[in-house]
Amino acid sequence: MSLLTIIGLLPLIISVLIVAIPSKNVGLIKKVAFAGTTLIAIISILLAIGFDKSDTSLQYVQSNAWIPTFNINYSVGVDGISLVLILLSTILVPIVVLATWHESDSGRWSAKVFYVLILILETLMIGVFAATDLFLFYVFFEAMLIPIYFLIGGYGSGNKSAAAVKFLLYSLFGGLLMLASIIGVYVISGNQIGATFDLAQLATLEIDNRTENFLFLGFFIAFAIKAPLWPFHTWLPDAAKAATPGTSVLLLGVLDKVGTYGMIRFCIQLFPDASKTFTPLIITLAVISVIYGAFMAIGQKDIKGLIAFTSISHFGFITMGIFAMTSQGMSGANLYMVNHGFSTAALFLIGGWMMMRRGSSTISDFGGLQRVTPVMAWTFFIAGMSGLALPGLSSFVSEFLVLVGTYTRYPVAAIIGTLGIILAALYILIPVQKILHGPTTPGNENLADLNLREKIAITPVILVIVIMGFYPKPVLDLINPTSEQVVTNAGFSDPAAKVGK
Amino acid sequence: MLTAPSLGYALLAPMLIVLAGAVIGVLVEAFVGKTRRIAIQVTLSIGALLLSLQQLWRIRDLSSTTAAVGSVTIDKAGIFLQATILLLAVAAVLLIADQDNFVAQASALPGSPEERTALQEKSAQTEIFPLFLFAVAGMMLFTVASDLITLFVALEVFSLPLYLLAGLARRRRLLSQESALKYFLLGAYASAFFLFGAAFLYGYSGTISLVGISAAVGSANDVFLLIGIVFISVGLLFKVSAVPFHSWTPDVYQGAPTPITAFMAACTKVAAFGAILRIFYVGFAESQTIWRPIITTIAIITMLFGSIVAIAQRDVKRMLAYSSIAHAGFLLSGVVALNKDGLTASLFYLFAYGFATLAAFGIIALIRDSSGEVSDLNRWVGLGKKSPLTAAAFSFLLLSFAGIPLTSGFVGKFAIFSAAYQSGNISLVVVGVLASAIAAFFYIRVIIMMFFTDPVNDSVSVIIPSVKSKISISTSLLISLVLGIAPSLLLTTAGNYANFIR
Repeated sequence: MSLLTIIGLLPLIISVLIVAIPSKNVGLIKKVAFAGTTLIAIISILLAIGFDKSDTSLQYVQSNAWIPTFNINYSVGVDGISLVLILLSTILVPIVVLATWHESDSGRWSAKVFYVLILILETLMIGVFAATDLFLFYVFFEAMLIPIYFLIGGYGSGNKSAAAVKFLLYSLFGGLLMLASIIGVYVISGNQIGATFDLAQLATLEIDNRTENFLFLGFFIAFAIKAPLWPFHTWLPDAAKAATPGTSVLLLGVLDKVGTYGMIRFCIQLFPDASKTFTPLIITLAVISVIYGAFMAIGQKDIKGLIAFTSISHFGFITMGIFAMTSQGMSGANLYMVNHGFSTAALFLIGGWMMMRRGSSTISDFGGLQRVTPVMAWTFFIAGMSGLALPGLSSFVSEFLVLVGTYTRYPVAAIIGTLGIILAALYILIPVQKILHGPTTPGNENLADLNLREKIAITPVILVIVIMGFYPKPVLDLINPTSEQVVTNAGFSDPAAKVGK
Repeated sequence: MLTAPSLGYALLAPMLIVLAGAVIGVLVEAFVGKTRRIAIQVTLSIGALLLSLQQLWRIRDLSSTTAAVGSVTIDKAGIFLQATILLLAVAAVLLIADQDNFVAQASALPGSPEERTALQEKSAQTEIFPLFLFAVAGMMLFTVASDLITLFVALEVFSLPLYLLAGLARRRRLLSQESALKYFLLGAYASAFFLFGAAFLYGYSGTISLVGISAAVGSANDVFLLIGIVFISVGLLFKVSAVPFHSWTPDVYQGAPTPITAFMAACTKVAAFGAILRIFYVGFAESQTIWRPIITTIAIITMLFGSIVAIAQRDVKRMLAYSSIAHAGFLLSGVVALNKDGLTASLFYLFAYGFATLAAFGIIALIRDSSGEVSDLNRWVGLGKKSPLTAAAFSFLLLSFAGIPLTSGFVGKFAIFSAAYQSGNISLVVVGVLASAIAAFFYIRVIIMMFFTDPVNDSVSVIIPSVKSKISISTSLLISLVLGIAPSLLLTTAGNYANFIR
């Protein structure tokens, strides 16, 4: 059994342990959840250490027959891209558990159900990035919706059940379109090389252009809803506003990455020709997302809504980097996925603490927190700066790579995208100023600063943001070889820099 | 001198055992005292079904397949279908054994003094069991009948008891009786259409056997063939409640006693689709250019109509009725596929859908207030708080109907759609996934009502089921669960048995 399978199974095993603990013993449930997910994080770091960076083929592979009738296998394996995303998931989960210790207390159901859902979600998140069988991926992709749906609907606030349904229906719709495409690919493989769901084999299919375009769209729309890309984004702000901060971290930080990951792994690898055909359209949508998300973020009065729209803008950058089809753009996009995960986590967690203390999520209710709660204010400031890609913080490196990578092929898109950075300064600095600086407004005088648990939870996130800003090499070393390979396999070579005449 | 033809009793035995059980059941009604009937009837029914299963197991590998002078073909697919019907029937009879769903005395007018007396005496209408067994035997015959007359006889043998059973609900009796009458009248029309079509096909080919009809294609004026196929299809599509022949379904599902609804929804679907598959794969395979566009259109309309209209339903039984209409559309995609994968997929789908449906209706029968079953969805709010386990089980079944991965419904849908794609009917696949997306909406709405809405102060509660219901529901649930995670257990078998002898 591959180490990957063990890591994937561990959350399930821990969730069984938690089921065995009596519901009343909430403290023990939380401790087991935290200890268990930390253990998983440590093992997954070991997995990363044991990963051979120079080898671009899949590692930790395992394959067992699951449904032989359709040649469906339980096949898992990781390359650089999926490895960093698995790391992102497994590291964020214990942080979320620790940071949102009391999130589960006021839900519709008990804390036990909350942690069982989180752990099931973790298994599915690991599975979705590890799957190398298209069918297996789809199963994880769709099954993931159910725990998130219950997490939003059961523990969220405000108009939570409507938001949960909107999220679920959007995702299901996309997923079903993808199912039609998966069936198409499967049947075509049956006609050409023998029916299979193995990704490496499917990539060798010769599909006629018209069919390929349709199949591509089935996948792409599903991923664009997930990512989310304008105009498929409308579920995200609602879901982010209704979900608890911890759920939002997992939703925006990890789950939405499945969308961009899927574009790289499936759209480009399986349908290189169709990807080429649709690239101009997708780059356009990505640029619109960047600008639209930024403008909407500027207009937000609600902290959660603000973070949601900044994410839409950032996902625009990621998509742009992917479809620029240059190795820099691809690397940048992959790095961006990781960085966005951590900076969103920081924003949501600290924002969540602020909202919990103040009892409001409206930006104008806050003021002058710098004086009252210096630690909370400083961490929020760093998270915000990471969100606007300040040089020296992690997001800067990835945003820079994306823009450089895009410029060599689509200069106009890159230039308009740069506008997004300027807008980012607006949408981050204005709220930061309102919330942190100035005189302390009424209602904020007696807010408590971060306690020890919260400090411990946020430290690793802030550390990653700062260290990755100065020294992204360890992660880039993992990402670069695979990114280059993806671009090359899709039949692209990096364009030579244009020389002015 | 005449020699008696060989009937092939071994092959017919599974059906004969069930029929014998039914006849003995009638005798029990005549000779056994009122109080002891129910226990005997239940034992007799289960015994007959299990014995029949055992006989089916014994003949599964027999090389000779035709019996009763060629009018019955017990081939691999036939055996699979018969076994499916028997297994579902065992689960259904355990639900039916909960007598409090049924009228105390059917002949007493609703609200009359006779009815009150019957209720006080705790008398029970135990004729249900022989009727049930006759229906099961008819269904079994329907899936293996290989000529048009036998098909018609089987159709009537299983339909007539169902018309009666639908009218026997204990509460809201007028609704129940109305639905039975509606079912009977429309069913009679459909049977007439079937017979009319059979006559045309006989006129066209000069034979009533499916193989003969297949061989005769192209030998005469195709208009008669077309008319024959269309009219036969009307009769069959009525039974599987495909649009536009579906209008009885919601009324009957709602009016009939819930265990009978469970039985009809599960077993009638298997029997009717079993016959449809046989007729189209064996009898009409050569004339596919004639009927394929028609059935494709009907499948598309059925999927969309069922899914869309279900959204407007406020009654859980009616909602599941429309959902079953949508599922009939999915299954028709397997018929249109007309390849071995399509047959395998259909066999798997029927089995998985049958058990999920049985479990769902079994659970519905448990949700009550003081005046009986509560099927109004608005009163299901907060059920997840009152009895989380029941609500979770029902949600799981709904997710299976919706086709979410890791449920049996998903595997079935995937199998059917890939067979349809394989056969080049891509439009069916696209409409199928769209309909699934629409359908997801109303399944999920029920989950919201149960889990995300606070319970109102209402007397609705989940009654504690009898041991029999408990066994039936939990077994069906377990089967749905296992088929979702390890579908190959059944898929491989379905693949091996997906074979019609021509």
